[in-house]
Amino acid sequence: MLALDRVSKTYPNGVQALARFSAEIRQGEILAIIGGSGCGKSTLLRAIAGLDRASSGTVTLDREAIASPHAKIGIIFQEPRLLPWLSVADNIGFGLADLPATERREKVARALERVGLADKAQAWPRELSGGQAQRVAIARALVPQPEVLLLDEPFSALDAFTRRDLQDHLLDLWADTRPTLILVTHDVDEAVVLADRVLVMRPWPGRLFDQIEINLGRPRDRNSPLFENFKRSVLTSLDRSLDRNVPDRDATQGPGQAMWW
Amino acid sequence: MISDAPVLQQTSEPGDSTIAPSRLSRYARPLLGVLLPLILALGWELVVWSGWSNGRLVPPPLRVFATIAELARSGELIRHIAATLWRVGLGFAFGVVAGTLLGAISGYWSLARRLLDPTVQALRAIPSLAWVPLFILWLGIFETSKIALIAVGVFFPVYLGVMGAILIVDRKIVEVGRTFRLSGPAMIRRILLPAVLPAYVVSLRVGLGLGWMFVVAAELIGASEGLGYLLLDGQQLGKPAQILAAIVIFAILGKLTDWLIEVAAAPFLRWQDAFGRAKEI
Repeated sequence: MLALDRVSKTYPNGVQALARFSAEIRQGEILAIIGGSGCGKSTLLRAIAGLDRASSGTVTLDREAIASPHAKIGIIFQEPRLLPWLSVADNIGFGLADLPATERREKVARALERVGLADKAQAWPRELSGGQAQRVAIARALVPQPEVLLLDEPFSALDAFTRRDLQDHLLDLWADTRPTLILVTHDVDEAVVLADRVLVMRPWPGRLFDQIEINLGRPRDRNSPLFENFKRSVLTSLDRSLDRNVPDRDATQGPGQAMWW
Repeated sequence: MISDAPVLQQTSEPGDSTIAPSRLSRYARPLLGVLLPLILALGWELVVWSGWSNGRLVPPPLRVFATIAELARSGELIRHIAATLWRVGLGFAFGVVAGTLLGAISGYWSLARRLLDPTVQALRAIPSLAWVPLFILWLGIFETSKIALIAVGVFFPVYLGVMGAILIVDRKIVEVGRTFRLSGPAMIRRILLPAVLPAYVVSLRVGLGLGWMFVVAAELIGASEGLGYLLLDGQQLGKPAQILAAIVIFAILGKLTDWLIEVAAAPFLRWQDAFGRAKEI
């Protein structure tokens, strides 16, 4: 279980990006974090990844405090961030340097197969389309079999068609080993199609505003009325989070409880 | 159902979009390049041959080649080439090692950069030939001062190239290394070195070019052998063909050594190869 306990982050310039953010995320859960710009959602993700330290509060994975990048936590960024001097196969195997070569090659081959890029194994990253490159990034993050996979607006730079394709593909890959997914997004549709639970954050300073359980089976039909209902409730909550007249929830209320209204 | 999705196409793969150069431009372009010098050379050869000019100050190409052949036959040429190559090689090696080390330190460590870089930049502002009298006083008029001068010429572009390349390594890619928990040495070997390599090769080539420039200066100042000596000797004895012969050999050696760096680096830069080729078109 991943536990965030009163995580706060104040940047050296005095801007408070995150204020006392607490949440508990079950192993295997898919959590979407959504909110307006400046709500600290990327800051939060970077704190979980161990890339930036929180100013106060703790992030723990199975009771182990996270202060620097951890072997059980993988991350996928908005851009694929492939290493241009490595072939697609070597990019995917980048995190497996400690394994013997044969085992590494096997895992990479399986991952390539799994993301449908077996024919691109020896291609250079610059030869890939945006969607293909992001698939490689997903494979690279998943191949060391992390327990937690963080995704920072992973599909926002892609066109709508490719985005849907990759969302479905991500769920498919997730089903293999069922890691915990924490997805930061500003796309309501994406949050509802992927997540078990959506956390809504509000800005200045970034803090938790609301959470919505998405009680829908998978695969989800993007056109069903139920799906539309969930989308609407997330949108409503998002709108309210940006309305300064709406007060925060009672701070003593822990996560996982009912909506405050 | 995707009927309600916007009809967007995935961007086409850049690899496919590079247009193959047409047959004409592919073969004609290099030929066009040599056309002008070839016509000029032939024309001058004809002018001298037909007696319109005696070609004493500007010897025709054949006479230059004859001079080269004669120097080669007597074994002189090899001796001069070896002397010059030795100086360039040694000076280049020292310059590259110093430039790489200091450049890497300055690029990697901001404290070292603040300490070191202003001094290096100030030294860089000095025209390198201004060092000559000092080097001769300090190191004598023989090989050491020459090699030091060449090393100074090579040092600055390499230093700047390495430091600049490290400074502009993409922070986002370094972060990928961090998420995979690379140790310091692994980060250097697996992220920084490959990222810096293209710019490093360019700085080596620039450094080598300056090395060739400074070897001429060093040899003009005082040498008993070397291609620069051939130049000086040709001037003092009024042998323009010998001067031109030395110049031609400088051109060939310069191009050849530059090509050697390019070829040696090519396997490591294959990943950006097609980009360079696409730009050429």
